[in-house]
Amino acid sequence: MTSLPSPAPGAKKLGLVIDLDTCVGCHACATNCKEWNTSGHMAPLPDQRPYSAAQEGVWFNRVHAYEAGDGDEGRTVHFPRSCLHCETPACVTVCPTGASYKRAEDGIVLVNTDMCIGCQLCAWACPYGARELDEDQGVMKKCTLCVDRIYNETIPEDRRVPACVSTCPANARHFGDLGDPNSDVSKLVAERGGYELMPEMGYQPVNRYLPPRKASSLVKTAPKEAGPLPSQITNPLLRWMDKVLSR
Amino acid sequence: MKPAPSIIFFTVASGAGYGLLFWLGVLKPLGLLPASTLFGATAAIIALVLITAGLCSSLLHLGRPERAWRALSQWRTSWLSREGIAAVLTFPPAVVFLIALAHGETALMLPAGLLSAVGAAVTVYCTGMIYASLKPVKEWHHPMVAPGYLLFASFSGASLLAMLAIFWGGGFFPALVAAALGMAALFFKRAYWASVDATPAASTRESATGLGFIGKVRPLESPHTESNYLLREMAFRVGRVHAAKLRIIALLLGFALPALLFCVAIIVGGAAAMAFGLLAAASAVAGLLVERWLIFAEATHTVALYYPTQR
Repeated sequence: MTSLPSPAPGAKKLGLVIDLDTCVGCHACATNCKEWNTSGHMAPLPDQRPYSAAQEGVWFNRVHAYEAGDGDEGRTVHFPRSCLHCETPACVTVCPTGASYKRAEDGIVLVNTDMCIGCQLCAWACPYGARELDEDQGVMKKCTLCVDRIYNETIPEDRRVPACVSTCPANARHFGDLGDPNSDVSKLVAERGGYELMPEMGYQPVNRYLPPRKASSLVKTAPKEAGPLPSQITNPLLRWMDKVLSR
Repeated sequence: MKPAPSIIFFTVASGAGYGLLFWLGVLKPLGLLPASTLFGATAAIIALVLITAGLCSSLLHLGRPERAWRALSQWRTSWLSREGIAAVLTFPPAVVFLIALAHGETALMLPAGLLSAVGAAVTVYCTGMIYASLKPVKEWHHPMVAPGYLLFASFSGASLLAMLAIFWGGGFFPALVAAALGMAALFFKRAYWASVDATPAASTRESATGLGFIGKVRPLESPHTESNYLLREMAFRVGRVHAAKLRIIALLLGFALPALLFCVAIIVGGAAAMAFGLLAAASAVAGLLVERWLIFAEATHTVALYYPTQR
């Protein structure tokens, strides 16, 4: 049913918190996402012409890089982009078949690929580019928040997190319940001023991005020139002066 | 947005078919069209053929056309679903209307014609709302988009009806309607373009990344070296280069020329009027194909903000 569930008070809102300060742009999250999900809940994630020119394929997670600002304030920011599991996802409400749905119990947005007709209206309705067409099957595919990992009792409990989170070498990706103000991810968002993307669209994304920290003030002042070590000063008078002035 | 030929053909053909059905359903029972049963039946058949051909074409856009029946289920939230249901519900009264026209059953003509007209208008409105409800596309999420679909469908339908009525020697009133709608459509489209061009997009690279607090945001590296579905479908830029010229072509060919030709046809009358009527209708359809291509080619989607500007 493409009507949105009315969230029960205190219902879980599972989502990701992505730290743009520590993301190094290594694409490990995107790679592990592809690896897990091509045999996961919404499998496969096909590639077109994988071994020739103009190869492309379905990915649930894509890592961009931007330059923001100029001069001393300017910086490079690596920016992973995936489904934000919005609270009011138009990709669900525009779906004419009921294939797209938002789960009442945890807020995950999914596609039933057995019902999808491949009209692609959901891709048009998503401002974030979270949905891609599987051209082999003619149906839409999207991030599942690794619904087949996070509740999977056959894997150790500490690994029941989305594939992108488990693999991030910089610990830039965090997973948890953003509906619970006392969860670790909610506290992290509060502490670091986490924000949502394109709030003006009104989709109320659940995922949050943590802004790059301000450049350290030490970086702005010229580094102090390192003096010679006392042992390197051969003239005794100068060594004595260096000792006195260094106090 | 990528101008998919199947959708352009669908909206132009079905739009003209529903427009024709609408005016036939309204004007025929009022006695403002030629009385011939052959005229009525021909017009209704052309309308139904255009509608059906358009709907079939829209199925070509689907990844899984054999599952299309599922699209009728989510009318509570989805304009696409509502469009499908309205299209299906419009067929029974339209077929009854066709039978009434073919047999000259005037008593049946009025209710069947009016029901067909209502169904046609509702279906085209739903088509317009599919586009108007999409917030990420600023050119579509605009209050003039759904009324525009209604106006252009009623204009192209009136043009076809006027052409047919001229063939049967009773084209004065429908030609007048078509000419008036053509002029209205011309000013409406110009006003729409002026409004869209003057409205800045709600979203920017800065809001899309949330990095605006640092300063201006510039794409440095794409996530992938080759193209992908998102770029092909939603970052289509080919048409923008010639958009200004195509806008003029759409206005002249689609609206101004047909309006003028219908006026000439009314004045000259006779066999010459048939030629002018035919030319007018052909020009309207050709112009609307250009207009519909521009609706897609000029539409910008917010997902393009994440990528370097495409050329």
